[in-house]
Amino acid sequence: MKKLSLFLGCIVPNRYPGIEKATKLCLQKLNIDAADLPGASCCPAPGIFKSFDKATWLALASRNIVLSEKLERDILTVCNGCYGSLADANLELKKDPELKACTNRCLKEIGMEFKGTVEVRHIIEYLYKEFGPEKLKEHVTIPLDLKVALHYGCHLIKPSKDRKLGETEAPVFFDELVEATGAKSVDYTDKMMCCGAGGGVRSGHAAESLEMLENKLACIRQAGVDCIVNACPFCHLQFDRGQLAVNEKFGTDYSIPVLHYTQLLGLALGVTPYELGIEQNAVQNIEFLAKIYEINAGLR
Amino acid sequence: MSEKLSKVLKAAGLDLLSCMQCGACTGSCPSGRHTGLNTRRILRDARKNRASVLSDDALWLCTTCYTCQERCPRDIPITDALLELRRLAVKEGFMLPEHRRISEMVEECGHAVPLDEETKQKREELGLDPIPETVQKYPEALQEVRSLLKACKFDELTAEK
Repeated sequence: MKKLSLFLGCIVPNRYPGIEKATKLCLQKLNIDAADLPGASCCPAPGIFKSFDKATWLALASRNIVLSEKLERDILTVCNGCYGSLADANLELKKDPELKACTNRCLKEIGMEFKGTVEVRHIIEYLYKEFGPEKLKEHVTIPLDLKVALHYGCHLIKPSKDRKLGETEAPVFFDELVEATGAKSVDYTDKMMCCGAGGGVRSGHAAESLEMLENKLACIRQAGVDCIVNACPFCHLQFDRGQLAVNEKFGTDYSIPVLHYTQLLGLALGVTPYELGIEQNAVQNIEFLAKIYEINAGLR
Repeated sequence: MSEKLSKVLKAAGLDLLSCMQCGACTGSCPSGRHTGLNTRRILRDARKNRASVLSDDALWLCTTCYTCQERCPRDIPITDALLELRRLAVKEGFMLPEHRRISEMVEECGHAVPLDEETKQKREELGLDPIPETVQKYPEALQEVRSLLKACKFDELTAEK
């Protein structure tokens, strides 16, 4: 197993830096060696680039991969979109010599070459495979008394022929990681359903995207949870900022806090909500904030 | 183009001929519940080489969640086929202005979602460098991204026609 480089993508550094901070703190506390990846660009966004032109998608994705090859480190992503884009590109280029040659002709323009020497990892599958829930539990200093609606997101587990993380109708590995923090992962209707943001739908068809989101939010509210937990900053953005847009559009009053898994894990590892950037979310749920501060202070 | 639709798909390893029109794709589609996306119909039209499938806005209502592909009893890579159809549509000039704008954004700053002042402030509050360690910090890295886009003639593809 190689050391890692942390691939930030776009939404984490440019909209939700709390996830960047939470990720770095979790990696540090778990003694995982993950270096920065200076100069990395957009993965590129599969909903646009993979939908527009395959050669361009592969060129930009392979440049990011080559940056990590030069460091002799596997790429670590904290985003399902980046994971999908980079892992798919890596796989296609490794298995198709013609495609690789074609992409390398492009990369030659900037003095780079894709060799195919590293893997692309997602922090959830990394933690599950390299730590596992039991070992993760040993690091938990503050078990979290929280009820959680877990959202896997689509591209973490699908297409299953490439992800190889098991079946996709009712997976459990991510729930096990959530429960390792002491939280309870509550089942809810349409749990495995898409948040409605991907494939360029949030940007291109905002109204329809919000309808899909409203359906998810209604199911989650019915389950009666403290917060939503996700593994993808784009789902995170859809659930968080989208929630305010849903309220405006449908006259609803959703106020469900949204946490990236690294923020949930960070809490369990003893980091304060402030350091994890949880207060920077669009959804401001004071009761929830009070609860996690009390948990952090050992008051409950 | 239309005559060749199914041929192009087949060349990309996406054979739709085994589709038996069962509708598991449409029935599973989270978008189709709320929108006009009817995946089964798109597959049928593509197989029949109907050019209208490329100009159909429904093609862009797919969130690429892959549920249809996972559930297809014939193991047709449906989402992959849909992405191939999108690429053909783009070649024909069908592109939403919002998507064009995002592609221009990557050319401008290397990111689909660019850094803004509000986030810079949030980064500082967290003790992070206001400018992240990405292409935004390194002009030579941005130049590399631009060179690749040019080498792929992406600017020509996304130029307003």
